[in-house]
Amino acid sequence: MKELKLMKGNEAVAEAAIRAGADAYFGYPITPQSEVLEYLMAERPYERTGMVVLQAESEVAAINMVYGGAACGKKVITSSSSPGISLKMEGISYIAGAELPCVILNVVRGGPGLGTIQPSQSDYFQATKGGGHGDYRLLVLAPASVQEMADHVKLGFDLAFKYRNPVMILSDGVIGQMMEKVELFEQMPRLTDEEVAANYPWATTGKPAGVPHRIITSLELDSSKQEKHNHHLQEKYRKMQENEVMYEAIHTDDAEYLIVAFGSSARISQKAIDMARAKGIKVGMIRPITLFPYPSEIINKLADQVKGILTVEMNAGQMIEDVRLAVNGKVKVEHFGRFGGMIPNPEEVVKALEQKIIGG
Amino acid sequence: MAETFDRPEIRTPENLVYSKTKVLTDNIMHYCPGCGHGTTHRLLAEVIEEMGIQSETIGIAPVGCSVLAYNYFDVDMQEAAHGRAPAVATAVKRLFPNKFVFTYQGDGDLAAIGTAETIHACNRGENITIIFVNNGIYGMTGGQMAPTTLPGMPTATSPYGREVATMGNPLKITELIAQLPGTYFVTRQSVHTPANVRKAKKAIRQAIENQKLNRGLSFVEVVSNCNSGWKLTPVKANKWMEENMFPFYPLGDIKVNGELVK
Repeated sequence: MKELKLMKGNEAVAEAAIRAGADAYFGYPITPQSEVLEYLMAERPYERTGMVVLQAESEVAAINMVYGGAACGKKVITSSSSPGISLKMEGISYIAGAELPCVILNVVRGGPGLGTIQPSQSDYFQATKGGGHGDYRLLVLAPASVQEMADHVKLGFDLAFKYRNPVMILSDGVIGQMMEKVELFEQMPRLTDEEVAANYPWATTGKPAGVPHRIITSLELDSSKQEKHNHHLQEKYRKMQENEVMYEAIHTDDAEYLIVAFGSSARISQKAIDMARAKGIKVGMIRPITLFPYPSEIINKLADQVKGILTVEMNAGQMIEDVRLAVNGKVKVEHFGRFGGMIPNPEEVVKALEQKIIGG
Repeated sequence: MAETFDRPEIRTPENLVYSKTKVLTDNIMHYCPGCGHGTTHRLLAEVIEEMGIQSETIGIAPVGCSVLAYNYFDVDMQEAAHGRAPAVATAVKRLFPNKFVFTYQGDGDLAAIGTAETIHACNRGENITIIFVNNGIYGMTGGQMAPTTLPGMPTATSPYGREVATMGNPLKITELIAQLPGTYFVTRQSVHTPANVRKAKKAIRQAIENQKLNRGLSFVEVVSNCNSGWKLTPVKANKWMEENMFPFYPLGDIKVNGELVK
């Protein structure tokens, strides 16, 4: 049954994974996301649903366990934070190449390097433009609340299996650590081995007699076949762009100015918009919920209506590149960001809007 | 290319003394003539057929000479990233505890880049079988130094021989993992003579049978040759292996039924 709880974002992901009927979680502790593994270990999901939870020896091992589980047609999830996600990138590239479904949570912290344990959005490029080697895309979801942390797990699995593609939930230390009210969806049953075998004939579930053996691989030494495979992947990413774009539009009907922000930055910007509107500035916001595919169309459309656009990001200016591509020079697009673990406040956002967009 | 080997006029029932196990596909193997991989593949495939577990077996291929092993074993196969096969196999076995799961790995894959995954899968006592082919060299990339390359042995990246002072010692990973409580059966075999082939097959059978016991990981090292990497004829390579590899990597059981062999 549905349930109302007060939870941390990280805990909500863990509980949602159990309820979504996940078969396994493989992970390695790193701040600020260790609550995912801690919650799962305390909750004994094996007794609740039969879900396997394993603390791996490294992020590298964990993502390769995800590969092995996903290749069996099982619902597998992992989580980490920025330096750990960098370690996972080799495996993520293989998963994308072999077209395996899985959900990967990144609770982003400031970088580069060991960086800081404080929140950041500086992994936007890594999540949306590649990260690992080769031409591939992750489908990237950007939750802005604890509720969405839970909901995106279920949505992430649906999309991962729909496209046979890894889905990344790009969160950050604010959303991961903060506590909010969350309505948890009802427990979904885990698929039986027979259902997995029937639903996913591509999966290595044990070769039935009279059927060719299944091979899960990202290797194809014949370049003409590898190119064909790449075309197939690109076609899949194009379909995602056609069908899966999600965003939230706030006060855009009468907007003269536009803020584009995702995740925690969108929460902060929403407060900034209320403050600006109280001063008579007609500003609205587009909050991308999918970062790939990106809501370029609506931003392009609004560029005909507004006088300027400000992106608010907890990084040195990453998503602004996608906004500028969408706007294609129609209006001015500027960036306001705090980074290295610093979080912007709404007053700073209003000031940046006034100085960089309205006054500039 | 298949017809090169096919002589239909002699392929008659009365001449049939041996046939390939059906657990090997009809794909022609890319291994060099004289290499031990083909024989090791055959033994594992025969064991799978004899145990009647073809539809219950999931194999994990490595990166290295046996990267294309998935084309030869007629069971469901996954191709792992370099060195990660034990992590991949861990998940497969945890999610399908009643299936038979093996990894097939070379020395670079298992004992260099995948050392952490190897040791931790062994230490957790995953109920899987690891087949480890050790030829002391990186075969596929063209004969570079491996973690198991012997002292003084020349390779493409140790052209004047492996100098221990600067390049380090060869790693006896099999002895190392035998010390871990998670391993149940650890043995070192070879496939260069009919007698050794029979022993190796028995060991592989044991290693797969052990998965039914749920008592830990079974590990079969096959010390093998690499005549192209060693730049020797197959016959000379086998002789060199006996004279140089076996003294450093002695054949025999190292751990049986969870107990170290004294």
